[in-house]
Amino acid sequence: MTDGCGAPAGGAALTDAGNQAVIQGRVAQAGAPVATGYARLLNSDGEFVAEVPLGADGGFRFFAAPGSWTLRVLAPGGIRAEQVVSAAIGQIANLEVAV
Amino acid sequence: MSRSDVLVDADWVEAHNGEDGLVLVEVDEDTAAYGKGHIRNAVKIDWKQDLQDPVRRDFVDKDGFAALLSARGISNDDTVVLYGGNNNWFAAYAYWYFRVYGHRNVKLLDGGRKRWELDSRELVTEVPQRAATSYTAADQDSSIRAFRDEVVAAIGRDNLIDVRSPDEFAGRLLAPAHLPQEQAQRGGHIPTARNVPWSKAAEEDGTFKSDDALRTLYGDAGVDFASDTIAYCRIGERSAHTWFVMHELLGQPNVKNYDGSWTEYGSLVGVPIKTGDES
Repeated sequence: MTDGCGAPAGGAALTDAGNQAVIQGRVAQAGAPVATGYARLLNSDGEFVAEVPLGADGGFRFFAAPGSWTLRVLAPGGIRAEQVVSAAIGQIANLEVAV
Repeated sequence: MSRSDVLVDADWVEAHNGEDGLVLVEVDEDTAAYGKGHIRNAVKIDWKQDLQDPVRRDFVDKDGFAALLSARGISNDDTVVLYGGNNNWFAAYAYWYFRVYGHRNVKLLDGGRKRWELDSRELVTEVPQRAATSYTAADQDSSIRAFRDEVVAAIGRDNLIDVRSPDEFAGRLLAPAHLPQEQAQRGGHIPTARNVPWSKAAEEDGTFKSDDALRTLYGDAGVDFASDTIAYCRIGERSAHTWFVMHELLGQPNVKNYDGSWTEYGSLVGVPIKTGDES
């Protein structure tokens, strides 16, 4: 992972959840995955921290630090959605985002 | 140089796509992105496979760059419009790289792939066939590329802009939050560096903010526009985005991108490191 910096669609593979504060989830519209769009992670001040393109299953994954975060979804057609989420080391926060 | 010389919008690309002398190039690190769909007539450059030396940590050399552009069917006189994912990070890196090797006419698509997708514009999977050319690359332009000794010498003297996220700047994270946090190097930043995350220069859709907003952003962060500037991040592509803003959009004369960036600096023996939120 050290020689790249880009965000793969859906987020990087989860290799070791043990020491990570993971925020992940899926974006769906009327039950169908939203495969074109972006998930943005904002910190508790509302500042941008990271972004990944959604995966084919509408999925996203971030490796955050412990604390409170906001997950914002952007998709074609002016679609926006937001959820507040709390992250902790060794835990996976799972979100289902309906747009 | 003005904004219109270095930046085009999606309407411009749709109006001019297919014209002789114009080459669209998608630049990504995610090798799958281009294959899933790209702007019609766009060729692909892979940030890692095509632009990095496979053995040494460095660019491909002048001959390698010439061979790459020749194979992609790009001529010295062509106008190259670059775009990509990740808010144009890798496209901005390629822009800077094309400039390092002296390509004259290169532009970025404002907003890159993201704005294009959010606008629901056409993406195709058909790969264009372009006849090979005989591209000639110039010697590297060292006036826009910084190496580690210059960076150490610039501490407390020039503008150092750390464009990573605040948590990376402070040493709380060692990588962007879309990547696992596991590395051996030290965390923190170069002393006296100002933290102006690349993302503050971009709107939510990936387009660049206005020149006035950008000047205010860097001015408020303590950047002295009368001094030389070095931008860095983790591996030099987010800082290429900021180099583009400072050098190409704002027209600052002496701006360098330090592509060694934190993966080099944070592994050097004996250099000063600061942790925490303060410069």
